[in-house]
Amino acid sequence: MPILEAKGLNKHFGGLTAVSQVDFHVDEGEILGLIGPNGAGKTTLFNLISGAIPMDSGTVIFKGTKISGLTPNKICRLGIGRSFQAAKNFAGMPVRQNVLMGALFGQKGQSYAQAAKITEEVLDFVGLAEQADKMVPDIPLAHQKRVEVARALATRPSLLLLDEMMAGLNPAEVDEAMALVTKIRQSGISIIMIEHVMKAIMNICDRIVVLHHGAKLAEGTPSEISASKAVIEVYLGEALS
Amino acid sequence: MIITTILNIVIGGLIMGGIYAIISMGLSIQYGVARILNVSHGEIIMFGALLTWALQSSGVHPMLALLIGCPAAFIVGFVLHRTIYKRLKDISPTQGAFEGNAMLVSFGIMYVLANIAMMIWGNQQKGYSFMAYAVNFAGTSIPVNRLFVLVIALIVSVLFYLFLTRSRLGKSIRAASQDATAAMMMGVKINRVAAICFGIGAVLAAIAGALISMIYQVNTTIGLGYTVIAIIVVVLGGMGSVPGSMLGGFILGFIGSAVSYKDPSLSMVAYYLIIMVLLLVKPKGLLGR
Amino acid sequence: MKILNKIKYPLVMLAFVALLAVSPIFNSSDYYIRQMSSIIMFMVVSLSWTIFSAPTGYISLATAAFYGVGIYFTAFLGEYLPLPVLMLLAGLISFVLAFLVGAITLRLRGVYFTIFTFGLVELLKNVVLWAEIKYSHTRGRFVASFPPMTVFYCILGTLVVVMILAYIIKRSRFGYALVSIGESEDAAAHIGINTTMVKILAFAVSSFAMGAVGAAMATRWNYIDPPIAFNATMSFMPVLMAIFGGMSNMAGPLIGAAVFAYLQEILITSPAVGKTYMLIFGAVMVVAILFLPNGLTGVVNKLRKTRKGAEGSHAHTGS
Repeated sequence: MPILEAKGLNKHFGGLTAVSQVDFHVDEGEILGLIGPNGAGKTTLFNLISGAIPMDSGTVIFKGTKISGLTPNKICRLGIGRSFQAAKNFAGMPVRQNVLMGALFGQKGQSYAQAAKITEEVLDFVGLAEQADKMVPDIPLAHQKRVEVARALATRPSLLLLDEMMAGLNPAEVDEAMALVTKIRQSGISIIMIEHVMKAIMNICDRIVVLHHGAKLAEGTPSEISASKAVIEVYLGEALS
Repeated sequence: MIITTILNIVIGGLIMGGIYAIISMGLSIQYGVARILNVSHGEIIMFGALLTWALQSSGVHPMLALLIGCPAAFIVGFVLHRTIYKRLKDISPTQGAFEGNAMLVSFGIMYVLANIAMMIWGNQQKGYSFMAYAVNFAGTSIPVNRLFVLVIALIVSVLFYLFLTRSRLGKSIRAASQDATAAMMMGVKINRVAAICFGIGAVLAAIAGALISMIYQVNTTIGLGYTVIAIIVVVLGGMGSVPGSMLGGFILGFIGSAVSYKDPSLSMVAYYLIIMVLLLVKPKGLLGR
Repeated sequence: MKILNKIKYPLVMLAFVALLAVSPIFNSSDYYIRQMSSIIMFMVVSLSWTIFSAPTGYISLATAAFYGVGIYFTAFLGEYLPLPVLMLLAGLISFVLAFLVGAITLRLRGVYFTIFTFGLVELLKNVVLWAEIKYSHTRGRFVASFPPMTVFYCILGTLVVVMILAYIIKRSRFGYALVSIGESEDAAAHIGINTTMVKILAFAVSSFAMGAVGAAMATRWNYIDPPIAFNATMSFMPVLMAIFGGMSNMAGPLIGAAVFAYLQEILITSPAVGKTYMLIFGAVMVVAILFLPNGLTGVVNKLRKTRKGAEGSHAHTGS
């Protein structure tokens, strides 16, 4: 059962085509990987889905409702959460307050008490309880990335968009992040993740979509993708497992 | 006669357009590269106008004043950037914070400059007679000074455009305004180019001021009005696009000329309506990116 | 003790206002009353300005527009209505105007907003000038006068209102939304905040008091015209005061306002400086931004922190 269906997504900036006729879907409870070389249009695709930028044409249907054309805050309220490639944490606030903002605004009519409860739950869930009172810039990078994820989780999404959550992490941190992503899926949230860290993509994704120059190059399971000639060509010898 | 009216409006439009184009290209080049929305731009225009008047009353020919003023203005702009704005860039945490702070700093500089001028010259109107004889053309009599200013304004605009598109420095400037990081990687010294652009912007402002003094009466309070017009034109043409500013300058000049014919005090109102509509419909401007 | 800490701040503010309220007992000269009215007016305007512009980082230069609207409101209707009513209505008109302007320009990002607010003052000046000449065949107007005491207490009352408003907003959901927008507008939108609406509302709220005090201060002139009413300096001053005084707490803008309002009074009457006092203020603005990024209260906070030592990071975004 697809939780998200995207058909015919198109976006250009001036003369540059960022996303071209992209169709894909995400099944409920699945982790979908989104990969491709830099500039392939992955983040733009996220921006189209989350409502951050308007699409030139195409439709996105989420849980049966058409969300293409809605503003990001409405899409968030409908149940899509997101993290950003260039971390957009609230740097002037402690970790706890970052997550609290997500809890407070992510759903309609949350009381402070309810939001506070959600905040503590999420902080525990992602393992940030100890860091909760520290200011975001004062904690290690791996934890900073988690703050964004936590904030998005606090909005109680059904679908989570993770944009390069593992960039800049060392192998041990990558393993921890992978465990977290799996844990998130186990709690019932579907996930689309943009990643360059192939270990993560190959091991935790159920399916993968490959973008190249804004168009969908390939789609399939990790083993299908790692065997695909077209994909290998595009990545030119980059290790795929 | 219809032809006279049209001719007057066209010539008025070209003159206004030429001047607007110059002041806006100056503002645009400062924003495009240095990312500074220079609210004190109008004060340089004012200084250009008043210094020309002052020199003229000591017997210096206005064109000579203009030529002397250019390097002087460049130095002022360059130094301002190197000392104040560059430090601001170093201490601002984000690009957004820098742009906001730079604009506020330029606001402060505006008051400093305007008040220095007031201390020197007071606030009465100053005017002088320059090429005040007229020629006849197609049944209407046109003051030669207006024709002169028109020609100079057009020449300056075209020269500047050519400078930007043909010269090596011009190309660096355009590269830097499109993508500062990429330009840096190609060897463009961004900080120096930014300071140069700020200087060039000041030069254009000074030239415009000198030209304005040749055909209008001027005083120490004209700065803000011209700054606002320059901002409107830059937004109209597209922020960061110098050709856009040139185009926008002429468009606004013609609209202003036409509207002034009906009711001079309505020209500003017309400009604002345009920018309001523009911000609603196409905020990136005509040639904006 | 926690409760004492919580109400310490409001108590100080209350004491301050009370002190101002009874001060005419000690000095009821016309000069003092007018002087204090002016200073308190600047406090109102700069605190109001920070309600929207401080957390979001959107620099509004429209203050003079709303202030001028207030002035003209009194110029038109000063003969017919009591001052508090005039202020209330002028405030409402400013609110509506700000709402409209905000609706147009706040869906775009920072620099366009600032540009438009900057132009709004000039626009209103030109429109009103054109309309007055065309329809009233006059350039300026005479303004009804009100007793300075009345003006003083009305403006003081407005200060109380703004202080309460600023206090409540800062601690409310709405205030948190504003801060989030200032930290990262994209992220704020993606966690469910209707950023456009929040911005527009905050901008409108902040303009209310500006119009209100404009209506009150109109009486200090006998005669006004558009350049007097819509003067860009009135847009510049609250920014200067807030930057110099600091925006991390409520005291900052108030201190900044007191300093510069008083300084203005001294400089404008001094033979050496006179009307060119703005030169000094302009220079102070430049220096303040370059060397005092968190303003005066920021410096004080820093000193307090270094003295307290490792007391841990400040727990929230502002007191």
